[in-house]
Amino acid sequence: MPEAAAKAKPKESKNIRIVKDATCTFCGCVCDDMELTVDLDAHRITKAKRACVLGRAWFYEHTLEERPVVLIDGKEASLDEGLDEAARILVDAKFPITYGLSDCPCEAQRVAVDIMDTINGNIDTTTSVCHGPSGMAFQGVGESTATLGEIKNRADLVIYWGGNPAESHPRHFTRYAVTPKGMFIPNGKKDRTVVLIDVRKTPSTPVADIFVRVKPGKDFELLWALRALVKGRKISEDIEEQTGVPRETLDDLVQRMKNCQFGVLFMGMGLTMTRGRHFNSGAVYSLASDLNEFTHFVAKPVRGHGNVTGADNVVAWQTGYPFGVNFNRGYPRFNPGEFTTSDVLARGEADAAMIVASDPASNFPKKAIEHLEKIPVISMDVKETHTTRLSRVRFAVATYGINTGGTVYRMDDVPISLRPAFDSPFPTDQEILEGIRKRVKKILSGSKARVAA
Amino acid sequence: MILVPGRSQKQGTSLNKGKLKDEYLAVTTTAELNEQDMRRLKLSNGDKIRLKSDVGQAVVTCTGKKEEDLPSGMIFIPYGPSSSQLMGSDTAASGMPMSKHMQVEVTKVKG
Repeated sequence: MPEAAAKAKPKESKNIRIVKDATCTFCGCVCDDMELTVDLDAHRITKAKRACVLGRAWFYEHTLEERPVVLIDGKEASLDEGLDEAARILVDAKFPITYGLSDCPCEAQRVAVDIMDTINGNIDTTTSVCHGPSGMAFQGVGESTATLGEIKNRADLVIYWGGNPAESHPRHFTRYAVTPKGMFIPNGKKDRTVVLIDVRKTPSTPVADIFVRVKPGKDFELLWALRALVKGRKISEDIEEQTGVPRETLDDLVQRMKNCQFGVLFMGMGLTMTRGRHFNSGAVYSLASDLNEFTHFVAKPVRGHGNVTGADNVVAWQTGYPFGVNFNRGYPRFNPGEFTTSDVLARGEADAAMIVASDPASNFPKKAIEHLEKIPVISMDVKETHTTRLSRVRFAVATYGINTGGTVYRMDDVPISLRPAFDSPFPTDQEILEGIRKRVKKILSGSKARVAA
Repeated sequence: MILVPGRSQKQGTSLNKGKLKDEYLAVTTTAELNEQDMRRLKLSNGDKIRLKSDVGQAVVTCTGKKEEDLPSGMIFIPYGPSSSQLMGSDTAASGMPMSKHMQVEVTKVKG
């Protein structure tokens, strides 16, 4: 090539790596069909083929930032000093808690459970302020369920209730439940009826064939009326006044649900975070079960964080319960409202907190945040947050799925292995947690073992 | 009025840049109100309003939405530090604070 032509060519890094079938861990869709172009010199992902708008932001914005690996009381410290201080805080506490865990791999989550088991602490995940109420309902009434693959291949009626996937899970529509062609859905969206039920119109609404607006806080009444109609019972004549939904709309919906080949009801946090909470989720699960008398019908919660479903699974494997677990008596106890983090903090009970990959200081109730500000906090996060700022010991960690491997669970409980894009000089969550565990066990072995309260 | 915090696309993309960055803070302090409610409260796009609940208050910027998109009496805001200031801690033995159905008073912040 002539020298002049070579000079005119834009400067490109020659150290490019292509990662096929990489996984996006931003949301619970955990799409594992990414093709990443990685500039290994710049330590950044320059292209994320097939990623949605949220996935692109996730991949492009997670580069290597100039941050100390460890800060103790705002001052830079060595990794060993950080691990020593974290272990000391946890062992000295009478009511230590661990919270978060939904944005790190299962391999890190299980170490966190072990640490809390060892020191008779309290372990909870972001599930408690996500689909924790659905987890409670699931225990109460069971779940008629399916994988997203089955839904893609079979569902001809897709109902979203209290969710806005276009903005929170953009590929839920395009990869799993609305537009893709499936084995028994050869024409994709043309073969499906999509219903969206919500208190307001959102960017998801245009995707739906039918939009049903329910009055805020009246989801349970509407769900219970649908259950009654499915069973052929009478319902109150003032149902429209109560719920905002006309009777003819309910009748039409019931007919569609009973006559479809394979129906699915996806529930968002518009059901779990509002009046009714676990009763709303229980009504959804019960409605799906009722409909199996007529056709095949399933219900699934649409999960938020990349590995929040993994957190449920790991905590359940190790303790028997999915979230809100306390080891204070030397054995696991589960009691939402008592051992869930928002409550434990708001009541001022916890005297030390280890927060892994989460930011309760920006999204918990005011009273809980005020208590978090008073106690020693250990935090692990890839970026600075309100929680890392108030922490006594902060660890900067590598980004899971981008810098580290491991296992995550998609929202339908399907485990997926991660394929990292480039190395990070920061330690992983798992390495930090293993370092803390080692030191905790050493401190306890050198003194009298922690006695159950 | 009823405040409904939730996810928005801009909130999702901006949190990847950083929750302490201006973009995220701007997104999570912008509330959507029905245009009729805004007229009734003598508000214009970009005005500051104070949202006050039983437990706290927050000052945010308001922007109008059409009646057909957001019913009268409802406010939407991308969740974050502002909505947390208004959230009560009672979880009714569920672990879940009432995060999407908060009663708030709205007043215009002058100046």
